[in-house]
Amino acid sequence: MLEAVNLGCTRGDRRLFRELNFSAGPGELIELRGANGSGKTSLLRILSGLSAPAEGEVRWQGKSIRSLGEEYSGAIAYLAHQNGVKDELSAIENLRIASGVAGNALSKSAAQAILEQVGLSRQQNLPARSLSAGQRRRVALARLLTSKATLWILDEVLTSLDDTAVNLSRRFIGDHLSSGGLAIIATHQELDLAADRMQRLELSKQFV
Amino acid sequence: MFGWLVWRDLILAWRRRADVLATGFFFVIVVSLFPLGIGPERETLRTIAPGVVWVAALLASMLSLGRIFGNDYQDGTLEQLLLTPQSTYLIVLGKILAHWLVSELPLVIIAPLLGLQFGLSQNSLAIVVLSLLLGTPVLSLIGSIGAALTLGLRAANVLVALLVLPLYIPVLIFGSGAVQASVNGGSPQPYLLLLGATLVLTLVFAPWATSAALKISVE
Repeated sequence: MLEAVNLGCTRGDRRLFRELNFSAGPGELIELRGANGSGKTSLLRILSGLSAPAEGEVRWQGKSIRSLGEEYSGAIAYLAHQNGVKDELSAIENLRIASGVAGNALSKSAAQAILEQVGLSRQQNLPARSLSAGQRRRVALARLLTSKATLWILDEVLTSLDDTAVNLSRRFIGDHLSSGGLAIIATHQELDLAADRMQRLELSKQFV
Repeated sequence: MFGWLVWRDLILAWRRRADVLATGFFFVIVVSLFPLGIGPERETLRTIAPGVVWVAALLASMLSLGRIFGNDYQDGTLEQLLLTPQSTYLIVLGKILAHWLVSELPLVIIAPLLGLQFGLSQNSLAIVVLSLLLGTPVLSLIGSIGAALTLGLRAANVLVALLVLPLYIPVLIFGSGAVQASVNGGSPQPYLLLLGATLVLTLVFAPWATSAALKISVE
């Protein structure tokens, strides 16, 4: 379903990677590893369609994501370094507005149920400004759960999460994979996911 | 989805209303400084009124341009918006509409009160409102291109001014021309028609240019 063909990426004069080829099908997990600055985030941004690769292309169901456009955006969920959480809005407003804007509006009770899943039901009405880094990450995680995306692109998903939340995210990712979804996750930590099909992509070793 | 986006920006503006009020006060103060500085001579005030109101509206609108995309860019919500399965054109249009409602519409509403200081007739005050109503959306639309292009740059505010102010000139000429014509007893209609045409033109092209600029800035 997801296919990277001869991907290359440069930042300024520096070549981060080139001729990167991989593919993944339903239920498959790609664990993306590499030292700081090896191009993990750049690769994820290329896969999400936010940046264009210097060479090669990304294909989704056989078609280039450039030609798919918004159709592809509907199939992916991208969780970046930044949480994409508005400080001025409460957790529940963040969640409802984000999903409303994305075109799958949530009822208040549905949003509350999801916040309860990520362990934020007591903080749901606090402005995100007053939440801790880990709690904001949980709001972002909740947004991930509301999306109907097939492909999850996660950048350092476990940073600043406590043990409970780390276990929760493992479970969410596991559920997503077993329901036929794909995930590509950049991480420094062990994911310990019991995915049926999993591949590991090392960026720095191959290309420096 | 469009409704959610506009609603989102309106709530955000309400929660940060000090920023929004600052733009309004700036407009009021700039316009009010002229009668104080020039003196109470009725004829002079009436002659400068159209230009003063319109130049102040231009500057006030420029002050608020950084807010269209700046905050969303910093906290990563802009990326998320661009990744929603909606056309970027519509997203940009929604953000511009919200920006107009929050930052420009108040100027249109206060303008007739400020016009009183210049001794404008009722008829001319109506033209002030009408010309601003047609012209300020153009300011938001053109401004959004500059705001998107300078996103994340150092000295973005100065750059926006340099990029956008020259493009504002037609709006300034048509807008103040309409008021001037009505003050002098002529017909403001040709100017208003030109303003309307500019609005239609920018409504079609500006969001498109802004989308392209946003994609470059986010990359």
